[in-house]
Amino acid sequence: MAARMIVNVTVTLKNGVLDPQGRAIAAALKGLGFDGVADARVGKLIVLDVAEGTSRETIEYMAKQLLANTVIENFRIEMP
Amino acid sequence: MKSAVIVFPGSNCDRDLADAIAKVTGHAPAMIWHRETMLPANLDFIGVPGGFSYGDYLRSGAMAARSPVMQAVIKAAGEGRAVLGICNGFQVLTEAGLLPGALMRNAGLNFVCRQVRLDVANSQSVFTSLYAMGETITIPVAHHDGNYTADAATLDRLEGEGRVAFRYAEPVNGSARDIAGILSEDGNVLGMMPHPERLIEAEQGGTDGRRLFEAAMLALA
Repeated sequence: MAARMIVNVTVTLKNGVLDPQGRAIAAALKGLGFDGVADARVGKLIVLDVAEGTSRETIEYMAKQLLANTVIENFRIEMP
Repeated sequence: MKSAVIVFPGSNCDRDLADAIAKVTGHAPAMIWHRETMLPANLDFIGVPGGFSYGDYLRSGAMAARSPVMQAVIKAAGEGRAVLGICNGFQVLTEAGLLPGALMRNAGLNFVCRQVRLDVANSQSVFTSLYAMGETITIPVAHHDGNYTADAATLDRLEGEGRVAFRYAEPVNGSARDIAGILSEDGNVLGMMPHPERLIEAEQGGTDGRRLFEAAMLALA
């Protein structure tokens, strides 16, 4: 089997896009007594198992084509 | 009117939509499975139904928008054929790039399932010509991700070009500018969260959805 590598793509809501889920989490944390929590934002981590040598451009293309909806989301790629 | 309804794994309003089309137009639509790469020739009308296509994996409508049949739907829309996306169908059309913006989790986080009042904001499209401008109609919604979002420039453009078809006349899901349904630039694609196919006959509790299909039939038959 050809060599593989793991790429992490983190998808988060853009700043300014209301995140009701995050807001509910922040409120719940405050309810648990964590007074210092001002806000929480919820994102997704997508772990890709791809052929070693797959280019960053290809991963970016995957992210724009499917993994993130760039109307409302940003993405960050971490490669080995 | 020659029509088709697209069926994804997880669609659950496809039969309601097919029924509504058949009852109003007298012709049953072709049911097209998501793996098809071609649509029947000379279609006038394509319905993208509600439901939870692909289990809402990744984002509502995201997987369905990239399924094989959607390439054919995008092509048909480009040819000017009428495309109606309802609920999950609206989410699919935004994810496919046929309509701008995105539908996010409802601002209140709750699944909202009830009749809502809508204001008709465009009465000149293929789908809305039998409604009066400013008329208030009642149509049910049933969704978790109906909170319409787009940047301010897109919202201004939609409003300026008369492309907001329906607005919520009451608080429902936090949608930007109370948008419940929008039209494409050419007006042949409509996406809406409320379910007009559920109010076709008096036995369903009202008939406010019926005129949408009658308008399409008048324009396209």
